[in-house]
Formats: sequence, C-alpha cells, structure tokens
Amino acid sequence: MSEALKTSDIVLDPYSIPLDSKFNVAQGPLFEHDAHWAYFDRLRAEAPVHYCDESEFGAYWSVTRYKDIMEVDTNHEVFSSEGGIVVADQDEDFELPMFIAMDPPTHDDQRRVVSPVVQPINLAKLEGTIRSRAAALLDDLPLGEEIDWVDRISIELTTQMLATLFDFPFEDRRKLTRWSDVATADEDMGIVESEDQRRAELFECLTTFTEIFKERQVKPGNNDLITMLAHGEATRDMLERPMEFLGNLILLIVGGNDTTRNSISGGVLALNQHPAEYEKLRKNPALITSMVPEIIRWQTPLAHMRRRAKVDTVLNGQSIKAGDKVVMWYVSGNRDAEAIEKPYEFIIDRAKPRQHLSFGFGIHRCMGNRLAEMQLRVVWEEIMKRFDFIEVVGEPVRIRSSFVKGYATLPVVLHPKK
Amino acid sequence: MPKITYIQFDGTESSVDANPGTTVMNAALDNLVPGIDADCGGECSCATCHVLVDESWMAKVGQPSVAEESMLDLNPDRQPNSRLSCQIPVTEDLDGLVVNLPEFQY
Ligand code: HEM
Ligand code: FES
Repeated sequence: MSEALKTSDIVLDPYSIPLDSKFNVAQGPLFEHDAHWAYFDRLRAEAPVHYCDESEFGAYWSVTRYKDIMEVDTNHEVFSSEGGIVVADQDEDFELPMFIAMDPPTHDDQRRVVSPVVQPINLAKLEGTIRSRAAALLDDLPLGEEIDWVDRISIELTTQMLATLFDFPFEDRRKLTRWSDVATADEDMGIVESEDQRRAELFECLTTFTEIFKERQVKPGNNDLITMLAHGEATRDMLERPMEFLGNLILLIVGGNDTTRNSISGGVLALNQHPAEYEKLRKNPALITSMVPEIIRWQTPLAHMRRRAKVDTVLNGQSIKAGDKVVMWYVSGNRDAEAIEKPYEFIIDRAKPRQHLSFGFGIHRCMGNRLAEMQLRVVWEEIMKRFDFIEVVGEPVRIRSSFVKGYATLPVVLHPKK
Repeated sequence: MPKITYIQFDGTESSVDANPGTTVMNAALDNLVPGIDADCGGECSCATCHVLVDESWMAKVGQPSVAEESMLDLNPDRQPNSRLSCQIPVTEDLDGLVVNLPEFQY
C-alpha cells in the first residue's frame, strides 16, 4: 500500500494558517491523516460558503453547512451535474458519460431504466443470497488472531454483492473490485502506474461487459443489471455508445462498491471508538435498524459531490458566477450541529437517523440507498450472531482522497460469542 | 381539526386529527402512523414520503409542483395518484382526506 505516513506535506492545524482564498480542503493527504475535521469546523463557523482560487483541481467553492448543501443539491436548475461530479475534472479526451453526471431530461431517462433493479421486490430476492454468502464468509474467519477486516470482510462481501447484482462470473469477481479501484484512482494514490495503464484496464472492463451484454441480449439473465440495460428501451442500443456504456458500468460498480465497503469498515471502527454504543448493541441487536443509517452518516463514504453553476447566483450571501465549480462537502454537513444533535457522536438509536447527507438529496439522491442499508443490516445481523467483540487492534490506514472516504486496512481480532 | 385517514399497504387504517398548517407527512409522523420515512424532513428532496391519494380526493388535493414532479418521476412504482405527502398542506378543505401508503418507501 502507500508508503509510510508522511505529514510533512500538509498543515495539520487549520487555525495556524489564514482563512483566505488559498485555504484548501480538497487535499487527499488531509483525509489520509484524518486531519480534515478541524478544517471543516473552521469553514462552517467562519466562511460557510468559501472560495478557494487555487488548488490542484483549479478554483472551487466549498459549501459546508447542512442547510446550504441541501439548497445546492435540490436546485439542479442552477447547479448542474453535467460534465462531472467530483472536484477533479475528467480528462477531456477520456470523458465517461454517466447519468450521475447528467442533467434532466437525459438523467431521468437513463435512471428510469436501471432503477427497477433496486425495487423492493428485487431487494427481497437478493437478501437471501447476501445473507447466506455473508454467513459463509463469517463462519470461515480465524478467531483470536490479527486479520485485516478491510480485505477479508469489507472488500470480499461487497465484491460478492456486486457479482450478484451483475450476475458476473463468481470466480472472476475480484476483477470488479479492481475496476472500481482503477476508475476512482488518481495517479498519486499508488493504484495505477500511469494514466495509460488506467485506460487500458478500463477498456478491459468495457470489453468484458460488452460480451456479457451481447449474451444477455439473446439470453436474458436473472434480474441482473446488464440484462436490464440490454433490454431497456433507452439503453438497449448502448453498445453503439461505448463510452456511455462504460460510464454507466463504472457508475454502478463504484456506486455499490467503495461506499458499502467503507461503511462496513467504518461501522467496526465507530463501535470501537464508542464502547458504550457497542454495549447497547450487544444488549439489543434490534438497534441494527437505526444503527445502519447512523454508520452511513458517521462514515460519509463519499466526502463530497460537485456541481457547476449554470447562471450567476447567490448562496448564503456569496456571489457565485456562472461556470464556477461548487463542492458540497457532505462530510462537513454531517457534522453540522445546527442540523444534527451531537454530530461528532456515534449514537445508534437516534430519533431520525436517516436525516443525513451521505446519500445526497434531490434528483440525484443515491439510487442504491435502500440496497446499501439492506446489505449493512444483513451483515450486522450475521456479525452479531457470531461475535461478541470485533476488536480494532491498530490504527487503520486511510485512503488518500478527498472524495472516497475510507480505509485501506483495518487490523482486528475477532472474539466469538460466549 | 381536519381528519386524515392513512391506509397501510396491508389494509390497516389510522385516522388522525391534523392541525391546519401542518403537512400530511408531518401529521403522520406526529401521530406515529407508520409507512412514511421522510428522510429529508419535508424538503421535497428524498421522495420517501410517497402516498397514493384516494381517487375521490384527487381534485381537491391538486397537482404536484414541478419540483415534486421531478422527484416523483424517479420512483419506478409511481402511479397517476402518487404525491409526496410533505408537499400536501393540511387545510380545512381536506377534512376527511384518505391516502394509501405504498408497500415500501425508497
Ligand atoms: C453506503 C453506501 C452508498 C453511499 C454513501 C452512496 C452515496 C451516493 C451519493 C452521495 C450519490 C450522489 C448524490 C448526489 O449527487 O446528489 C449517489 C448516487 C448514486 N448511487 Fe450511491 N451510494 C451508496 C451505495 C450505492 C449502491 C449500493 C448503489 C448500487 C446500485 C449505488 C448507486 C448509485 C447510483 C446509480 C447513483 C446515481 C444517481 C443519480 O445520479 O440519479 N449507490 N450515491
Ligand atoms: S419528506 Fe422528503 S420528499 Fe417529502
């Protein structure tokens, strides 16, 4: 993984630097060192809509309060998703069109085609498979010795899940994980050597799925996403637009991969940092239902989403110009005490646990939100049947990204139920 | 106070007295009527307060706004009488309103 942690390249204390137009939160290393919290506390308090005129991703606005984020997210007429939804721009000669990065009406047409896969009736069908696969995996784990929770459980479970969603050859399932990692990698993350390598791997993804798509055109699969694309009215000719096909594939792979993976890891870490909550859960495993959305809030697996202003506009007193990039920092809104009581605490029985920003709001609200919750619920139900304590025995290694907020490793020791 | 009746997917009915000025969504939550999630707290931005308005009440309840329409449109189970209950203000005119709840919110 990444070389030994360096802190020389970042300033850990945001109060030691001026809050001016050079104040920059979009730095992967801040997140890698878990040092971003104080930056956002300061922005929320002193400059809730803040312009940074210089960063590796160019100039951008940061929106950090819950209420303002909600305003941007629900106002797609002014704040467009077209052309990209992360602070980094896509390479202009390698642009992947996907509906998360489209405005209506194309967004609505394409989302409508794939959204039936997350209809409750399909979730119910998937639940049994997910449970039995999770149970088998958990039964197989060594007890009382150090293992990496990320690799052994979080990655494996979400990968199995993805293979189920796509009806992808089960033995090749780690390819899905690899493509997801490659798609979200930027060069300094150490996942790919070069942009050329990245593209080559993504084309392999395209070729593999093109074959599967052709197969399913003739012989429909079992409720899977590729069959739906191959037969949906708006998408069945998608092979004629290979970049769009690849874009949608990547969207569905990434959408359901890193996010769920890091929630599975994040939950273990959160419970270890809040032992009283862990005890509450042991006494009453029914609290899993409200714990799951709280894990997703606490973790905030995607730290931000980005928009671009279509027209000049004013947000909380700041004049935003047409064309400006506007970053909604969900990670900050989810710690806004104006909107969430004791936001830094992990509380597994909150009254309104789903009132958080991790899934976004408005027309782009996460299509997989109930699926993600179902997966986490099933995983935790199976965990609680088996283990009394998943003990975190060392510092996690965090991912160097201001977008995907998660863990590369998390060392744990499993203690079985007595 | 206007009375509102919520019919669960399994047929169970609950009637509540709602204050004019609240919404059909909040009246349900305030009276612990299950079946409405309201993830966004009434901002017309999550579509998890979906209800199916009883046919005979459609005219009185009226049409969804453009913003509500764009959220409803995301729901593959959307019906002609679908509405987001946080966007239906309770008024004296709606005394007796009947809404049906879908099997799931998502
Ligand atoms: C805890 C897990 C997850 C988190 C935190 C998460 C987060 C998000 C966020 C923040 C957005 C964008 C919202 C916006 O732009 O306003 C989104 C969109 C999306 N997510 Fe998820 N997601 C998760 C799981 C999943 C899963 C399991 C799937 C698989 C089906 C999925 C599929 C999608 C899709 C297709 C979109 C695009 C929706 C659109 O643009 O209309 N997500 N997700
Ligand atoms: S409560 Fe979210 S749309 Fe009504």
